[in-house]
Amino acid sequence: MEKADTVLDVTQLEVRFRIEEGDLPAVNGVDFSLRRGSTLALVGESGCGKSVTSLAIMRLINPPGRIAGGSIRIQPSGRDTIDITALSEKDDLLYSVRCGMIGMIFQEPMTALSPVHTIGNQICEAILLHCNVNEKTAQERAIAMLDNVGISNAAQRMRQYPHELSGGLRQRVVIAMALAAEPEILIADEPTTALDVTIQAQILQLLKELQQKTGVSILFITHDLGVVAQVADDVAVMYMGRIAEYGPVRNVLKNPRHPYTRALLQSLPALHRRGERLASIPGRVPSLANVPEGCSFHPRCQYAEQKLCDIPPAPQLQQAAEEHSTACLRWQDVFAEKTQ
Amino acid sequence: MTQPTETAPLLEIKTLTKHFPVYRQGLVRREIGRVRAVDNVSFNLYPGETLGLVGESGCGKTTTGRTILRALTPSSGEVWFNSADTRTNLAGLESKQLKPLRRQMQMIFQDPFSSLNPRMTIGDIVGEPLRIHRMARGAVLRAQVAEMLHRVGLNPEHASRYPHAFSGGQRQRVGIARALVMRPQLVIADEAVSALDVSVQAQIINLLEELQTEFNLTLLFIAHDISVVRHMCDRIAVMYAGKIVELAKTDELFENPCHPYTRLLLSAVPLPDPDKKMHFPAKGQVVDLSRLPTGCAFHPRCIHCKENCRTYTPDLYDHEGRQVACHLYAEQDQF
Ligand SMILES: Nc1ncnc2c1ncn2[C@@H]1O[C@H](COP(=O)(O)OP(=O)(O)OP(=O)(O)O)[C@@H](O)[C@H]1O
Ligand SMILES: Nc1ncnc2c1ncn2[C@@H]1O[C@H](COP(=O)(O)OP(=O)(O)OP(=O)(O)O)[C@@H](O)[C@H]1O
Ligand SMILES: [Mg+2]
Ligand SMILES: [Mg+2]
Repeated sequence: MEKADTVLDVTQLEVRFRIEEGDLPAVNGVDFSLRRGSTLALVGESGCGKSVTSLAIMRLINPPGRIAGGSIRIQPSGRDTIDITALSEKDDLLYSVRCGMIGMIFQEPMTALSPVHTIGNQICEAILLHCNVNEKTAQERAIAMLDNVGISNAAQRMRQYPHELSGGLRQRVVIAMALAAEPEILIADEPTTALDVTIQAQILQLLKELQQKTGVSILFITHDLGVVAQVADDVAVMYMGRIAEYGPVRNVLKNPRHPYTRALLQSLPALHRRGERLASIPGRVPSLANVPEGCSFHPRCQYAEQKLCDIPPAPQLQQAAEEHSTACLRWQDVFAEKTQ
Repeated sequence: MTQPTETAPLLEIKTLTKHFPVYRQGLVRREIGRVRAVDNVSFNLYPGETLGLVGESGCGKTTTGRTILRALTPSSGEVWFNSADTRTNLAGLESKQLKPLRRQMQMIFQDPFSSLNPRMTIGDIVGEPLRIHRMARGAVLRAQVAEMLHRVGLNPEHASRYPHAFSGGQRQRVGIARALVMRPQLVIADEAVSALDVSVQAQIINLLEELQTEFNLTLLFIAHDISVVRHMCDRIAVMYAGKIVELAKTDELFENPCHPYTRLLLSAVPLPDPDKKMHFPAKGQVVDLSRLPTGCAFHPRCIHCKENCRTYTPDLYDHEGRQVACHLYAEQDQF
């Protein structure tokens, strides 16, 4: 991967929450990079650290949480690299990162919208905040923005309140707001999870069109491997705060090189015949207060080998194919076995 | 379950309707409209089969399930329950008369977090239906509870713990144990696996399938995840705006969806294969059940919409061994 092509680069990111049960490593040494103009999907089951990773990129981790290590660098076009982790809270640059360079669609669409203001006011406010324009221009831009995300009668819709809109329309408004400042990076945290499939398909299509039009780079967070297959160029599979596998979407979904990814794929009903027993992963995700030593997946892994997978340090990503890496120490044995 | 239509149905639902009145706010409460949550729904459930009920959020799936079990009183229609040698219309019964029938019909709910009473132990939660229906007590009850917990993959010592100590998948097992401890004939599973992660979802789906064979359950499986329904169900009913728009055997529905809404729905499902690109549907919005369009409720989103679709509501027509509510499949002479 060409460094020059990278717009967001996360290295060895560590986010911890100090609570009663201990100092929980919610994100535990994460590496990935987002290529300019492309879509990277961050997938994994509930609690694996997807949202915390995205909040860290926006520097929105609040106590009892903290960024405990690693770096997050962005490379806006025509500017110097910015190390987000190194910025002080009062730095103007941090402000322009949050309110300009990176747009974010939060997991809960209703929390992003105020119930007491019209959607027009909310989008205008977002535009006025980061763009140096007067109110009239902001108004026009807001209408264009709503139009852009496929909302008909935009001028009329501006006067409506969030509760008057359907879930699909509300999500479009949230996308419009995230794009209001024309960010180079869009972080979309489960933007379609609460929507019906037909509406989800519309939103996914919309994001694709916007990407083609504006070249925005997208970090797409989801737990749905179907959505990943449809939207992503690259994918990073997370398990217990670490990246298990990382690479181009076709390689990862068709030739997984980590037992966790393979098990996830095998548990999907869509890939089984009717009535056929689904594969499922034995046991459950351990608590972050007791992260297993070595590979954190080893207690549930059918290929785990004693004295290899269960001893520290945690395995780092290693290359399994071109641009495709896995954190499984036994990937060569495991996946050779499969082709026999 | 092979040929459901050859045996007598366990449940016959005829023109079932449930409307919720919408009131004007203010001093004088006045009905200003109705949410047609379930509108003229008819279908049969055959013993031992799994019938899927799919459709988008708010189309009336939960209301259908709750009205069948009489957790809600139907506005009109009949629900015939055929058990052994008796035939009863659940829709016409008083709640006292319903009680003995209730133990034969149970519901599993979507949310494993809010559907369990946090102040009761798992053992009490699972044993409660037995106690309410006076079917067991004391050591017998405890033994039955322990056996049921074992069946759903929980340990006997879990009986003394409280729900908060369990993961989502474990709580869903508790919900299943509670529904099955009465050995019901009919179970309505309302989004029973929707809140779970795929790996846990797979465990619960496998469990439900095992238990279904073991107890010869008849299952109405409500879900919005079409790949789960495809995996689980013998037949599928597709619901749109309070009505069933298509009902067919699972394989036939997927091989050849007939109703334009079914086609839209199936084409919008993202498959976990980057080489099978999904079809991106045109614009369109979810319908508002209190302000339904005239004629076929789907007509504003339908690419085949013709003049009569705006005026006449299509009946559920028989078409090549399935049922479809679309004018495309009506007999020519009906217009
Ligand atoms: N404020 C907090 N205090 C303590 N722990 C936290 C806090 N926020 C997050 N965590 C923990 O960090 C871990 C990662 O959470 P995160 O929200 O990133 O998960 P996720 O992958 O986004 O899951 P989901 O798919 O459910 O959204 C979880 O175990 C969570 O309990
Ligand atoms: N008690 C009630 N009073 C008024 N309206 C109701 C009531 N219960 C449900 N509704 C309405 O009836 C319609 C159908 O709701 P229902 O819960 O059956 O939908 P659903 O298909 O189960 O949706 P979901 O997939 O979101 O669970 C909705 O418009 C809902 O707002
Ligand atoms: Mg999250
Ligand atoms: Mg429901």
